[in-house]
Amino acid sequence: MTNLTNEVLMAVILLNFFTLGTSRLGACIKTVASQGILLALLPPMVHGINGHSMVLMAGALIIKGTIIPWLLFRAIRQVRIRREIEPRIGYIATLMIGALITAGAFIFADRLPLLPQHYHSLFIPAALSTMGAGFIMLITRRKAITQVLGYLILENGIFIFGILLVEAMPLMVEAGVLLDMLVAIFVMGIVMDHINREYSSINTEHLRLLKE
Amino acid sequence: MILFLAAVLLLLFSSLLAPLSRNGSVFWDRLSLAAGLTGCLFGLAAALLCLFTRESFLFSIPWQTIAGSFSLRIDGLSAVFLVPAFLISGAGLLYGSGYWPHSELPGSSAWIRFFYPLLAAGIALVLAADNGVIFLISWEIMALCGYFLVIAQREDEQNLQAGLVYLMSTHVGTLALFALFALLGENACLVSLPAAGSLSSAMTGNATILFLLTLVGFGIKGGIMPLHIWLPGAHAAAPSHVSALMSGVMIKTGIYGILRVTSFFQALPAWWGWLILGLGLVSGILGVVFAIAQHDIKRLLAYHSIENIGIILLGTGAAMLGKAHGVESIAVLGMAGALLHVVNHGLFKGLLFLSAGSMIKSTGSRQLSSYGGLLRSMPYTGLFFLGGAIAICGLPPLNGFVSEWFVYLALLHPGNQATPSLNGLLLAVPGLAMIGGLALLCFAKVFGLSFLGTPRTDLPDKREAPVTMLAAMVILLGGCVWIGIAPATVWPMLSGAISQWAGVPPAGPHMLPALAPLPYISFTALLFLLLLLLLFLFSKGRGNLADRHLSTWGCGYSGFVPRAQYSTSSFAQMIMTQYRLILMSRFEGKTATGLFPEESSFSSRTPDVVLDRLLVPGCGAFAGKVVRIRRAIHQGTIGVYLLYTALVLCLLLLFSMFII
Repeated sequence: MTNLTNEVLMAVILLNFFTLGTSRLGACIKTVASQGILLALLPPMVHGINGHSMVLMAGALIIKGTIIPWLLFRAIRQVRIRREIEPRIGYIATLMIGALITAGAFIFADRLPLLPQHYHSLFIPAALSTMGAGFIMLITRRKAITQVLGYLILENGIFIFGILLVEAMPLMVEAGVLLDMLVAIFVMGIVMDHINREYSSINTEHLRLLKE
Repeated sequence: MILFLAAVLLLLFSSLLAPLSRNGSVFWDRLSLAAGLTGCLFGLAAALLCLFTRESFLFSIPWQTIAGSFSLRIDGLSAVFLVPAFLISGAGLLYGSGYWPHSELPGSSAWIRFFYPLLAAGIALVLAADNGVIFLISWEIMALCGYFLVIAQREDEQNLQAGLVYLMSTHVGTLALFALFALLGENACLVSLPAAGSLSSAMTGNATILFLLTLVGFGIKGGIMPLHIWLPGAHAAAPSHVSALMSGVMIKTGIYGILRVTSFFQALPAWWGWLILGLGLVSGILGVVFAIAQHDIKRLLAYHSIENIGIILLGTGAAMLGKAHGVESIAVLGMAGALLHVVNHGLFKGLLFLSAGSMIKSTGSRQLSSYGGLLRSMPYTGLFFLGGAIAICGLPPLNGFVSEWFVYLALLHPGNQATPSLNGLLLAVPGLAMIGGLALLCFAKVFGLSFLGTPRTDLPDKREAPVTMLAAMVILLGGCVWIGIAPATVWPMLSGAISQWAGVPPAGPHMLPALAPLPYISFTALLFLLLLLLLFLFSKGRGNLADRHLSTWGCGYSGFVPRAQYSTSSFAQMIMTQYRLILMSRFEGKTATGLFPEESSFSSRTPDVVLDRLLVPGCGAFAGKVVRIRRAIHQGTIGVYLLYTALVLCLLLLFSMFII
């Protein structure tokens, strides 16, 4: 079981790189959705099959794997864009930074004061590097939709952390996190729509005009 | 103590009544005036009682909500400051009813009448406060009332600006005072200030910080030279009787604070004394030099306040050096000079501001260049102004001479004794002499330009001030004359404060009567007055021959115009060119050349060096830099803000990993 967990986590990290390196929005959304599905597999793998982990899996599958990708696809159909044209930092450079952050996450994870059973597991580095990748997406991309994707990846990183704590954390908190994310995506969608209507594009650069 | 409390309560009552007179109700206005005046009388009585019985009165009730206790104490030191405070507040109240007549300007009159007694009460509470919290509360009351009075004429943009500068600098000072009281400890803040001579650790680093905080916090209020920035503007902007109170009394609370804090220590390091002495010299000389270059009579008087603070600091510095080296006679003489000059400066500066106020009221201008020949239309004001001028120049037979003489004695005293480390005091003597000389020049300018000569502008409304204003001036001039002629009667009042500060018994061989022959002063002063009287009678005897209403003989030149008289710039031109490195005056215009010169104009302006040349451009440049940095940081793009968040998070992580 543990071996499989590690492979899933490695796949999650690789998917991070894929999202960082691609310019096609459709592929990006699909990647994030598959990352969500992979993550949904993790709770039963780590904690065995019980009610709690099944609920988590179902929630993640439905929200991360189905609803959000569907919403996002609908969004890009409506605003008719396919590509992130001008990222603030080039794709190669983004990939390099992502690699550096992943390496940093592996180094940093060993220094954290963890429980003994969590030492040398892939969970902490994977969580940290996923959060880092999400953050890079948020910072470097200009389109509101890629920023939403960055936010989702960030959220996925937090979800990985959360898996470690499933026993300690009541269900309500996790449900809250997932719900929180869903609402956030909705809000982002609405904001995106408004930006689009105002500036005829969802390029967040236009928000500069709002600066005093 | 009951008297003092009654005084403060009456002043508060008076200020609370004032808003009722806003609609022009004469009854409430008069009642408020009467309450204020009675309050001042009560306060004066309380202070004098304390001075003559040489006891300290304590009033303390527990007050847990804010401070440990609400405690007030009047001892020798505070009583010496309280006497001029109540005297000048009373005179100012009286003066204000004529200067800012309620019948003409009920709105702003009520405004002033509300804040004026409140300011007086605030000052009285500052001087009597016995713990840090009460002190700071009263200090704030005083500072804010001062601000509201400075902006009493709000329609003028300059007044608002002066008020703002005052508000900012006073709060910088208050900040230093908060630190000061925090350092003094919980007992000083909540219960009672340390008694005189109760702290012995004056040589430690803590005491040094304490002293520097004192110097900054109280120095700003006192107007010591590099910290004086608020003073000229605020004094010029405020109504005259407010300027009198601010300049005569409020800035003395700064001196009071310095004296109070230094009295806590049993022994003082010598460098404290040298520092105070140096600051005194700088304030004194630069104050009077700047005064000479001014064209606005109230700005001029304000710079003279800085000069007089310098003289007080010279006395204080000498006294501190005497205490540091254990030479009691210098300590006593210096302190006597400083304390007496505090009282004297209050009296004569109050007098000068009040008489300047009546000049302003009758001519409607603060500029010296619009006065001239005022002695004919307002002889009494002229007399009072002359009295104040003689006193401020330190000339006998008035009071300024007595206190400056004490300071001279203190500075010259090392000559008598074998204390080589104090010989540096002698170097301050020429400085003090220069201050006196320049002050004389300055007041020759002011008096000559405003009261002598022929009128420069044609103003129809020139008439003598009303009786209430004259009465207020009479009171202050009376005080000046009394101290000038009979200084021996003042001595018993000062002895308590001096012995308390210097730590010497109140009647020892080192006390003032043995050191300074006071009766000689009285004798000389009387002789001088007699001489004046004789001269007056002599000139009266033959003066009727001449027609008094002719202008000065113009050496046969008949095309005389009033504008051809000496002007403020020309009178001060020599000093202004000699001190041009410091004054940095701006001259505009050109000299006339050739037989038929073109029409040309000339003007000079002397902005304040510290405020207008250093602080305003400096702060402007700093603010510009900050704005530029802010503009660089604020890109307006969400990604950049997120990057900042990420960077801060990383920094915090690194910090928590490697530092803690």
